[in-house]
Amino acid sequence: MTDRRTAEKRENLEAFKRGLPHGIPIGLGYFAVAFALGITARDIGMTPVQAFVMSAGMMASAGEYAALDLLSSGAGFFEIVMTCIIVNLRYFLMGAALTQKLPSKRRWRTVFALPYCITDEIFGVSSMVEGKLNPFFTYGVDLLSVIGWSTGIVVGMTAGNILPAWAVNALSVALFGMFLSVIIPPAKKDRFIGVLIVIAMACSLVFTEAPVLSRISSGFRIIILTIVIAGIAALIRPVDGEPSDGEEVPDAS
Amino acid sequence: MIATLYVIRMLPFLLIRSEIKNRFFKSFLYYVPYVTLAVMTFPAIIFATDHLASGILALIVGLIVAWFSENLFITASCCCIAVLLSSLII
Repeated sequence: MTDRRTAEKRENLEAFKRGLPHGIPIGLGYFAVAFALGITARDIGMTPVQAFVMSAGMMASAGEYAALDLLSSGAGFFEIVMTCIIVNLRYFLMGAALTQKLPSKRRWRTVFALPYCITDEIFGVSSMVEGKLNPFFTYGVDLLSVIGWSTGIVVGMTAGNILPAWAVNALSVALFGMFLSVIIPPAKKDRFIGVLIVIAMACSLVFTEAPVLSRISSGFRIIILTIVIAGIAALIRPVDGEPSDGEEVPDAS
Repeated sequence: MIATLYVIRMLPFLLIRSEIKNRFFKSFLYYVPYVTLAVMTFPAIIFATDHLASGILALIVGLIVAWFSENLFITASCCCIAVLLSSLII
């Protein structure tokens, strides 16, 4: 029994170590984004402590932008909560997708700790792990990400002009580069996924530029397009066997 | 706000405790990350920087580097460098 437990602990530590380096680009990217967010937070009169607690607790970029925006316009409690739900509803979908990657033996600590680690980027990295996901891998990715995110907002508030504009400008694409490195390699092996990505991007462009559609918030845009496009994809080409096992890509027929 | 966000994230883990057997729902969840990340990346990436041209360059560089390197850190760095270099020229 104790042997099994030490083996599990060692395995968890290994997974944690594998996750850590993934946190470097994520943490750097978060730092840059949080830095910009910090300047906004300062402008609406938040204290650095408030901003730190908000960032470390929420771990959400779009969600926090929306929250700051509403706070500054003096919105009520209900409106803030509703917006928070809508902007972040995609995390519900991501969480649902991740549950299928977890080992069948589920621990309560995973149920409570893993949700905190779900952000767009960390979900992206975690969902692309081959085979089952050890939650400790995600915790490893999360560590540096949280540090980057919550220090970023404080540094942005207190020393908004320490980083030159060109550096902030360049760092602003880091997160997107990361997204691309998550979705593009699988498209090499599976043409269907490649087509799916192109369609998703095209629809996204239409939704941000078209007259009426562009009024839809970015959170809602993500939800609508994800449900519709992934739903149609699932109808056209259902995945057999163990879809969560990354590598097992079915033949495109 | 913190509580609301946490509940949204935790619910699926609390509700879905076993493997989903439904073939459609399983396939749907399999495609979710690709669609979500694609929607979030584009067109946001081209509007992220000061100049549209830098953003477009970052996208092209990102696509090419991701395709060949399959490495997260290298791809993210190359995108940043592309923006940096292009801002020197513009």
